[in-house]
Amino acid sequence: MAKTIIEKIIQQHTQDEVKPGRIVWLELDLRTARDFGGPNVVKNYEREYADEPVADAGRTFFTFDLCTTGCLLRYADNQQICRLFARKHGLKVYDVDWGIGTHVLIEEGLAKANTTCVGTDSHMNLLGAVGCFGQGMGDVDITFAFRTGRTWFEVPETVKIKLIGEPDPSASAKDLTLFLARNLGTKVLAERSAEFYGPAVESLSLAGRITLCSMITEMAGIIGFISKASLRARQEMERFSCEPWLPLEADSEAPYCQEIEINVAGLKSQVALPPSPTNVYDLKEVAGRPINSGFIGSCTNGRLEDLEAATRILKGRRIREGVILKVVPATRRVYEECLQKGIIEIFLQSGAIVMNPGCGGCAEGHAGLTGRGEVQVSTGNRNFPGKQGKGEIILASPEVVAASCLTGYLTSPEAL
Amino acid sequence: MKEKIIKGRAWILTDEQGHLIEDIDTDQIYHNAHLHITDIAQMGQYALGNLKGYEYFPSKATQGDILIAGRNFGAGSSRQQAVDCFLSLKIGAIIAPSFSPIYWRNAINSGLAVLRCSQLTDLVSKRGLETGDILEVKVQSGEVLNITKNIDFSVEPMSPVQLAIYLAGNLFAYGREKPGSGQK
Repeated sequence: MAKTIIEKIIQQHTQDEVKPGRIVWLELDLRTARDFGGPNVVKNYEREYADEPVADAGRTFFTFDLCTTGCLLRYADNQQICRLFARKHGLKVYDVDWGIGTHVLIEEGLAKANTTCVGTDSHMNLLGAVGCFGQGMGDVDITFAFRTGRTWFEVPETVKIKLIGEPDPSASAKDLTLFLARNLGTKVLAERSAEFYGPAVESLSLAGRITLCSMITEMAGIIGFISKASLRARQEMERFSCEPWLPLEADSEAPYCQEIEINVAGLKSQVALPPSPTNVYDLKEVAGRPINSGFIGSCTNGRLEDLEAATRILKGRRIREGVILKVVPATRRVYEECLQKGIIEIFLQSGAIVMNPGCGGCAEGHAGLTGRGEVQVSTGNRNFPGKQGKGEIILASPEVVAASCLTGYLTSPEAL
Repeated sequence: MKEKIIKGRAWILTDEQGHLIEDIDTDQIYHNAHLHITDIAQMGQYALGNLKGYEYFPSKATQGDILIAGRNFGAGSSRQQAVDCFLSLKIGAIIAPSFSPIYWRNAINSGLAVLRCSQLTDLVSKRGLETGDILEVKVQSGEVLNITKNIDFSVEPMSPVQLAIYLAGNLFAYGREKPGSGQK
């Protein structure tokens, strides 16, 4: 029977019949937990399984990325709980010095095409960028996965999305992603898998693929896949996985529940205003709104290319007096590359601060919160009320964040 | 199998215009400022603490209460605490037109009944369902009786695996009942 990408990956990891709506038992290649959720996994594990071994210590990891300074005792305590459990069971910890877990899993060649991976991170599905079926889960699921190496999963339906036309050269992967969120909202992809086709997505770099796939969560979807890749993206993926990138492709007769065409011709900068990531506007409709601070980083926009794009705007310029710009590279590797390329120097000279790798401002992370009345323009993926403190978050591309921090109001890089 | 029945008082999560609130995310259900807590008993006090208009919820909620929410309930992060905080308050069930996929799993795995109902928006707008009404939910068949208003409606029954996990109490208990579940 013809199958979609998600159905094929699931079929390789189960003996059950794979059909949308069916629940199957899925073999998991990687099981992970973070510093949030991780301590709860340890607590569940010790209560339910005591001294029983984990299913496969070599494929079970902790990735600390939320509070990568351990700045509060409660977080430091929780990280230590995970470390002690890891030591007891012989698990590797990608500790606070590594960066965002999902990105580390890609860089370390662990999350690869056609594999399955779970973790206590709702953006685990950004692994779809490399063709891995990543899925965020809660601590009960992850505890069970640590012990058994398996989970139950309802096979989702798949939506086929074809992007027509070429975005304006000024548009970034984030603009494309926000535009898709604007068009798809939280209904079209709800509880479904997505497949993206068309030159606008197939030409993206690995960083761009990650940006798009990371925000499938904000569109309420299970995961997104792009089965064709640019030569550059392919080389980046193969550099990490050390093997040819050969993702499973959908059959030509694959059963999609819906097929959609979205015209992205001439697409320009997009921003998401509060209160949700799907509340998206053309930047030009809302340009000029005052902002107080900026954030560049997160699992959506924390790669080298994202940071580099921001420095192209900032180079030789100063951030407006009174505006704070925080920059957080996704991983240690990205940080090192930035250092070598002089990117950190440009940030510092422009007045920005560059912090150690990690998730940044999300989930009360180490980059700190926004205060009441503060408006922050951010490359993150969520702007729900209270997500990053009591201020308001506007989601945008690294270029728009950089340009806006120079002027103090929402600004198109082209207007500088 | 004996029909499992949940009986409790309805809480309709509506906005100022009286519409069911959609896309309630896990930061509104259980804010990230409390994610360091690992003791479920401590979590109830923060339930819905960041949902405008419902900050008082933990002090008013009683055992068995049934939450009624808009579509895509539990959007956002994967935190189990957004389920645990309701277990902590002994909430009986949550009914919504749809749930975020992660929230849906987390709830079932912890033995919290989450039930999909496509008629909710209509029921609420026609005042066939209001806060304080006493509901009786038959979990297996999906029949619901609003005892206060004597109106019945139905929710989508859970699939067999989900129902089995729910009836076992949680995923761990289910795993013990069926060792090697899904093993290749």
